[in-house]
Amino acid sequence: MDWNTIISTTVKAAIGVETVLYALAAIGLNVHFGYTGLLNFGQAAFMAVAGYGLAVTVTVLGLPFWAGIVVGLLAAALLALLLGIPTLRLRADYLAIVTIAAAEIIRLIFRSVAFKDVFGGSDGRRGFSDGFYALNPFPAGEYGFGWFTFNHRLLWVLLVGWVLVGLSCLLVYMLMKSPWGRVLKAIREDEDAVRSLGKNVFSYKMQSLVLGGVIGSLGGFVYGLAFASVQPDIFGTETTFFAYTILILGGAARVFGPVVGSMIFWVLLVLVYGVLSGAVEAGYITFMTSTQVGQFRFLLVGLGLILLVVFRPQGIFGDKREIAIDAR
Amino acid sequence: MNGVKIVVTTESGQPVAEVTSNAQGTWQVPVEKPGKYKVTLDANTLPQNVAVRGGNNVRTPTVYDGNMSTVLFALQAKGAPGQPAEEEAGQSSFWTQAAQLAFEGLNLGLIIALAALGLSLIYGTTGLTNFAHGELVTLGAILAYAFNAGVGLHLIPAAVIAVILAGGFGYAQDRFFWGQLRKRGTGIIAMMIVSIGVALFLRYLFLIIFGGQTEVYTQYTGQAGIQVGPITAAPKNFVAMAIELLVLVVVSLALLRTRTGKAARAVADNPALAASSGINVDRVIRIIWTMGGAIAALAGIMLGLSQSLKFNMGQDILLLIFAGVTLGGLGTAWGALVGSLIVGLFIQLSTLWVPPELKSVGALAVLIIVLLFRPQGILGRRERIG
Repeated sequence: MDWNTIISTTVKAAIGVETVLYALAAIGLNVHFGYTGLLNFGQAAFMAVAGYGLAVTVTVLGLPFWAGIVVGLLAAALLALLLGIPTLRLRADYLAIVTIAAAEIIRLIFRSVAFKDVFGGSDGRRGFSDGFYALNPFPAGEYGFGWFTFNHRLLWVLLVGWVLVGLSCLLVYMLMKSPWGRVLKAIREDEDAVRSLGKNVFSYKMQSLVLGGVIGSLGGFVYGLAFASVQPDIFGTETTFFAYTILILGGAARVFGPVVGSMIFWVLLVLVYGVLSGAVEAGYITFMTSTQVGQFRFLLVGLGLILLVVFRPQGIFGDKREIAIDAR
Repeated sequence: MNGVKIVVTTESGQPVAEVTSNAQGTWQVPVEKPGKYKVTLDANTLPQNVAVRGGNNVRTPTVYDGNMSTVLFALQAKGAPGQPAEEEAGQSSFWTQAAQLAFEGLNLGLIIALAALGLSLIYGTTGLTNFAHGELVTLGAILAYAFNAGVGLHLIPAAVIAVILAGGFGYAQDRFFWGQLRKRGTGIIAMMIVSIGVALFLRYLFLIIFGGQTEVYTQYTGQAGIQVGPITAAPKNFVAMAIELLVLVVVSLALLRTRTGKAARAVADNPALAASSGINVDRVIRIIWTMGGAIAALAGIMLGLSQSLKFNMGQDILLLIFAGVTLGGLGTAWGALVGSLIVGLFIQLSTLWVPPELKSVGALAVLIIVLLFRPQGILGRRERIG
């Protein structure tokens, strides 16, 4: 077994692209679920419309990179409004079903043959990230020290990604300290009490949905730019569920919960994969093939989610009193 | 027509496969991606006295994801008076097509109803929105496949064993897992998220054991269709629908007439009141889980019979089950039945106007619209759910 490679890929995973994009998705979910108690199961849709907004604007319409970013952000905000109007008055489980259905509708439309000219069918879209890499201040080459070496493109993506994570955390921290954030937390605890105090609960929930959706959509941009492509099936329901696992692992209703959760999630995933596939290659494990090892770690994700919610719903950093998980 | 060579290529001419038709004159080519394909029949391999009607031996069907696309080559005796070339085979009038789709919709609706009944009753009695219910559907299909193709049993005994085992799994799931969680006082949102974990766990377990490929049962595949009125369907579909209908009627009667059925409806209505009037709520819930698991497994077998088996077939149908349940009204047994039938019919009939790949989109959109105007569903009682 090649421990050197296993350890270096594991260490890199702590700050890798997946960590960044899932951290952004989970920060958005934290605003929805952690602070407001909204059970949004369609976070993948926000990432999808942002990624596709960027891709389609640049490749099909031929507009510059910045226009694509604006279109993507507007699409995410619009999606939040469209989703929010029918569902925010409903009970939590209805909201969950509607958001997951909406996310599937969006994925099916993106991958349909009927709209292949626009969205590119199941192959998705590529070739829209040049405008982003043209802004890259790093000259071509390898950067870093020890295990942390990246090429100039990856370094640029990671820099931008972590700046976005940092800014999102700062924004969430400041907002949740403000009176606005206290109203959100009050809605999570007791919606009717907040309503009786004369607050417009629907409006606050809508603002929360838009804010979290837009933060999550940044994850969609990071995916599209880092891999220079978007495919519809990346944004399936499992993406949302992994983001939930990350959020609960790190601790909901904590500013850094999603970030730490994402780091631990991906480190564990990469480590388990490295060790098990190494063991399979070396012949220590004979009852699984290396493809099955890749699938086995997602089985562990499911198991982990069950155990977390049952035995430690507050995750690593959370406070049990602040989790909306025992509501009704 | 036996032994006819069929060549399948992509639209741009990349070869995909070459097959020879079997004794029934049918053939199948699995393709990787949705899109347009070009199917050419090699006229030289036809028997000497027949030709393709209209002389056109090339078809360009569009294949959609997860759907089978049928390509028909109508044959006629050579030298017979030629039909006009523009009369394409497989073209039928709007109403014939609508009747055919309504039949298929009813079949799908009955399958959804089987699964939805369990989901709805579990929701009604325990408040759990079970995201792992789709995996119970897959479980039934895969267990039946294991006994059918693995052990070598005929499909019918294999299906019976699978349904019994799945019922046992439903019982065990409640006895050792959900029941324990309820005892701990876990909230319903927490249980919903736990069910997502269960769904992920089971789905990847199926993927590891079963693999990522698509399979069919060893019996009843590739049956030739029979014509009943305007409808053409394989005999297995008629039998499957009869079984589905029978099971639904039996379960419904059991809910209406038996003591346990009445108790189940009472618990679904108001657990606290039911408990205080002497009903053993835990026992009722356990029976519902057992029955729910069993009929969800039956739904999976029927789904595998009319389409094919895959590790994520339950995941794909889960949202349609939710649509049926929500449409009818969460927690009501009759609502689940009516809602599922409507969803099934709507999905198939909508393909008259929308491409088949987008048929589920319409059903899910209807789900959202219903929640907008009548959130309690068609048969649900009016109550505050906001």
